[in-house]
Amino acid sequence: MDPVIAVEGLTKRYGQRTVVDHVSLTVEKGEIAGFLGPNGSGKTTTIRMMCGLLTPDEGRGTVLGRDVIRQAREIKREVGYMTQRFSFYEDLTIEENLAFVARLYRLRPMRAHVQRTLEELGLSHRRRDLAGTLSGGWKQRLALAACVMHEPKLLLLDEPTAGVDPKARREFWDEIHRLAARGITVLVSTHYMDEAERCHRINYISRGRLLATGTVAEIIARSGLASWIVEGAPAAIDAAIERLHGAPGVEQATPFGLTLHVVGRDGEALARSVRRVAAELGLSARPAETTLEDVFIHLMGEENSRDREAA
Amino acid sequence: MRWLAWHRLWAMLVKEFVQMRRDRVTFAMMLGVPLIQLVLFGFAINNDPKKLPAALVTTSEDQFTRAIVTALENTGYYRFTHILISAEKADLLIDNGTVSFVVTIPSDFARRVMTEERPQILIEADATDPSVASGAISTLSTVSANALRRELAATAGAGAVAGGGAALEAVVHRRYNPEGVTQFNIVPGLLGVILQMTMVMMTAMALTREVERGTMENLLALPATPLEIMLGKVLPFLVVGAGQVVVVLVAARVLFGVPMAGDMRLLLAGILIFVLALIFLGYTFSTLARTQMQAMQLSFFFFLPSILLSGFAFPFRGMPGWAQAIGEALPLTHFLRLVRGVMLKGADLHTVSSQIAALIGFAVLFAALALIRFRRTLD
Repeated sequence: MDPVIAVEGLTKRYGQRTVVDHVSLTVEKGEIAGFLGPNGSGKTTTIRMMCGLLTPDEGRGTVLGRDVIRQAREIKREVGYMTQRFSFYEDLTIEENLAFVARLYRLRPMRAHVQRTLEELGLSHRRRDLAGTLSGGWKQRLALAACVMHEPKLLLLDEPTAGVDPKARREFWDEIHRLAARGITVLVSTHYMDEAERCHRINYISRGRLLATGTVAEIIARSGLASWIVEGAPAAIDAAIERLHGAPGVEQATPFGLTLHVVGRDGEALARSVRRVAAELGLSARPAETTLEDVFIHLMGEENSRDREAA
Repeated sequence: MRWLAWHRLWAMLVKEFVQMRRDRVTFAMMLGVPLIQLVLFGFAINNDPKKLPAALVTTSEDQFTRAIVTALENTGYYRFTHILISAEKADLLIDNGTVSFVVTIPSDFARRVMTEERPQILIEADATDPSVASGAISTLSTVSANALRRELAATAGAGAVAGGGAALEAVVHRRYNPEGVTQFNIVPGLLGVILQMTMVMMTAMALTREVERGTMENLLALPATPLEIMLGKVLPFLVVGAGQVVVVLVAARVLFGVPMAGDMRLLLAGILIFVLALIFLGYTFSTLARTQMQAMQLSFFFFLPSILLSGFAFPFRGMPGWAQAIGEALPLTHFLRLVRGVMLKGADLHTVSSQIAALIGFAVLFAALALIRFRRTLD
């Protein structure tokens, strides 16, 4: 079966600045694809190009089997796009917002569609409240419900959980998985690592370039990183950071509360350095699983040093 | 120094000035508006308009006619732009506002001067704006009588009867508004001004609000075309505009007793075209402005010259040529001629066809601009 999203070499420039630099992306049907990257890495721009809101300067491809450049309008009709900022009308009630969307998509009978969406959302009792009075989490759920009203085959969610509390985030992700189970393909951008781990596949983008793609396990394995955890007294941990910095084999030493996460590609050199420093300071050290976060921090660090060499 | 510390005030001032400079449109308005107003309106506005266009209706070419025409022109008030032989043509010119006066010198004028039969000339003044006509009329009789006396003396030679007194009678017709009621001129004009102010500003703000609140991105992602979005924004204001028109027209009739000399349907058609042009203009503004504040400033920037240079507040014909040229480029100018023509002068479609054409032109131009400026994408 053809992939739902298949784009190649998508590029967008604003003047001298290349915001998205030859991004190629494939998303299969029913998949939850994570789109990860730091702020300003080009996630939003890429998503906007895929749903026809921006015209790419270069590149080609299809979304839902339609050409991203020539059939932007058809694509718009068949995808559900949720913007990063709440972009429904705060001065309309919840019900009026849903009715507006239902009328635009010509969902008949309109009342029944709105009614059902309200019930699924669990907002029937607040239907006459202004959308502006909802909390951040509820606003996001309302926006998601409005985006799926016309039963799109593809959902593009642009940082849907930014600024939402952990419980609401979890509920939002449960909803995303329910939608995927119904056969809807989802591309969701985020910069939360725990959310990335809930995706089937992830695509990591930084400064407009796609740096890694695959399942979480694949990406971790491919990075070839080894990890150690060092534990002990806070003062000794701080001293350990100083000593590990620049030690052979050590590429990152990141504190997490009372533990220190040490990462490097050369497993043997890393083990030697960690053991030495731990012994010097009376800390305990043990090998650990490399996390996705370790990999991404590593990728960003690599890119930074490449840039420094280039400059 | 609890309530006022200089370093804190200084921090506020620096921040405010930086923000002021960042908002280019506002900054340009603050510096530009006073300057433009001063130059434009300082030079353009004239409450005692001179060199008003006039038509001369005459069949004879005798020296007395010439003397009077020259004398009238020398007053500075009259500028004869049309020399005609038919009164009908002159009627049309004054009806559609091309000329402010029609001076008619009867064909037997010279004969009556010679036979001392108290010759008459007829001055018809467009008195829709009472202030326009007053200066020109007040100088009329003495100037023309003096001119005639001089001419008589020169023709007849030294021995002729020179002290014949004011042999000339100037008959003055103040047309359309014989009593010179200012409201008759102002109230129909206000209709245009009120429509212009509300329609342009409201429409300009409506679309900008979507952009400012971030709802535009969503609207663009939903299956609505630019045309649908534009019409959806525009039509509600058309309804509001219709309400305003009814209110103003009823008030004009009931409160001010403004006559309705012409065809109501023609008036309404003209209003509709004018309102459409204004809404499209507002829509164009909304595609230029990035915030509601800027949209309001753009509307206001357009509003000022419209009020001052359109002939609403000051006589159009009294302005210098360049100011009249600017005035011609404003929809309100043409609308004022149309509404005053139809309401006060009873003008028919034929008479106001050029005004209607101009308004249609504006509507089409603004609609095209709005559609071109509106982007379907966020590029």
